[in-house]
Amino acid sequence: MGKTIAEKILSSKSNRDARAGDIVIARVDLLMAQDGTAPLAIRAFEDMGGTDVWNPERISLVLDHNAPSPSESVSRIHDGIREFARSQGIGKLYDIGCGVCHQLMPEQGHVHPGDLVIGADSHTCTYGALNAFATGVGSTDAAAVMRTGSLWLRVPSTASIVLDGELPRGVFAKDVILGVIGRVGASGATYMSMEFSGELVSSLGVDARMTICNMGVEMGAKTAMMESDGKTGEFVGGRCGNPVSPDPDASYAWEIEFDAGAMEPLVARPHRVDDVVPVGELAGTGIQQAFLGTCTNGRLEDLRVAAGMLRGNRVSEGTRLIVAPASREVLKGAIRDGTFEALVESGAVFVAPGCGPCVGTHAGVPGDGESVISTANRNFKGRMGNGLASIYLASPATVAASAIAGEITDPRDYL
Amino acid sequence: MRGKVHKFGDDINTDYIISGKYKFKTLDMGELSTHLFEDLVPDFYRKVKQGDMIVSGENFGCGSSREQAPLVIRGAGISCVLARSFARIFYRNSINVGLPLVECDTGGIEEGDVLEVDLEGGVVRNDSRGESIEFKPLPPVKARILGEGGLARYIKLHGGFPSE
Repeated sequence: MGKTIAEKILSSKSNRDARAGDIVIARVDLLMAQDGTAPLAIRAFEDMGGTDVWNPERISLVLDHNAPSPSESVSRIHDGIREFARSQGIGKLYDIGCGVCHQLMPEQGHVHPGDLVIGADSHTCTYGALNAFATGVGSTDAAAVMRTGSLWLRVPSTASIVLDGELPRGVFAKDVILGVIGRVGASGATYMSMEFSGELVSSLGVDARMTICNMGVEMGAKTAMMESDGKTGEFVGGRCGNPVSPDPDASYAWEIEFDAGAMEPLVARPHRVDDVVPVGELAGTGIQQAFLGTCTNGRLEDLRVAAGMLRGNRVSEGTRLIVAPASREVLKGAIRDGTFEALVESGAVFVAPGCGPCVGTHAGVPGDGESVISTANRNFKGRMGNGLASIYLASPATVAASAIAGEITDPRDYL
Repeated sequence: MRGKVHKFGDDINTDYIISGKYKFKTLDMGELSTHLFEDLVPDFYRKVKQGDMIVSGENFGCGSSREQAPLVIRGAGISCVLARSFARIFYRNSINVGLPLVECDTGGIEEGDVLEVDLEGGVVRNDSRGESIEFKPLPPVKARILGEGGLARYIKLHGGFPSE
């Protein structure tokens, strides 16, 4: 019987014939932790009796979730991470304003096809878009990797998601993944690897592929993967790694197909990511805050789509549009090509490259009873820091259209 | 283990367990525990007695990777979480910090029931209803980690991971 991408990578990293259901101890190529998870990881590393990390070259620490610091307690947390990086010789410390960890790891060349990446952040599955087995863990697992360079993993069974057809006007990668989540459900792929394939995947750029893999965890998936192709090769430059394809007779737990050509703009309603409806069903819902950014949709092509719609328009009175570029490189690109100016002229507010208001710690906590439309990946009650606010998730185009109209709006009205 | 049940539904995410806004306030889990489940049940922390148990449906602990979630559950005095299924990162984190989990059919358990959980024997006795629920005990790797009180202590004592 052949193997899936997950089975092949975990076999290679554990030097054994690994099959779904096996427990392996696998060598890790890259460990990442962010400012919300690194402090407890450092504490656990010390509790393990750790003195020197296994390999400072293979560890990256990112200050993105609450950056720049809004308070003394966060400043102390950030200083602790900086000091740990200094004392351990960890050069890949990305300080405030560099960007979101899940943009930086691929963009800065730390992820290659065939790699095993462990990240102390649930959206680590994003890097599957580059054909890496990438999965999120908590702080103690991250500490174990810091100490030993390896981690025990159960080899996941795999679901096959075939995405065919071409995207209609006004429909984007975010709508596709919301459509998949609506069908599969919030726990429909728990513990599993999801392999995305099909002509739509081939036609999308790496940015859009990352949007899709990013939200695998919203279905409970351990990892979300795609094959490597020419676009992947171009993205990673000379660092092409060891691309891994599934065997033709690989065994899949289940398979579903989607025809992108039949899709329309979608929105996930509060307070569930899998409560997904066509944008038309919510048209007219008043919006007080719109948010463009995050590891899901804060890349340059996302900002360009929004800028294209906002150019010559204004953000509606009574609505705030907050933009957090996913990285400094994204911000620089937006400045160079006029995207930044178009967004600022329309009334948008830029905050530092990083997670922005996504996780409710700073930079745009919504008010009581307010409705927010966001390009992020979670709309749980209280997610943005106020349990009395409601969060709708949508594509950058739908967020931009809704910011102009001041209410949830079909982006095709503005394209 | 014996304790009284606090019952929740399906898809209880880590933001509900402990809101992301608190995880940067302090690394003192005792202090953070006072905010356990506060967006779902105001003052939940005050209703918990040492040894009580949380019972839930599908996909308990979905969402973020924050290890504060199992830590504040343990910190509030909860002895065990029972659910029909767990989200995978929460599951790993719980074993790693020494919080026992039981995956079993929780449909017949109600708020306020008193349960007796035998982790090694794989049985939950519902003393309030005179019923027993069987479950598959943890696989050896995880049982050994939990048995040492978590992964940090396990690695400190043994220098690496348990083998199968």
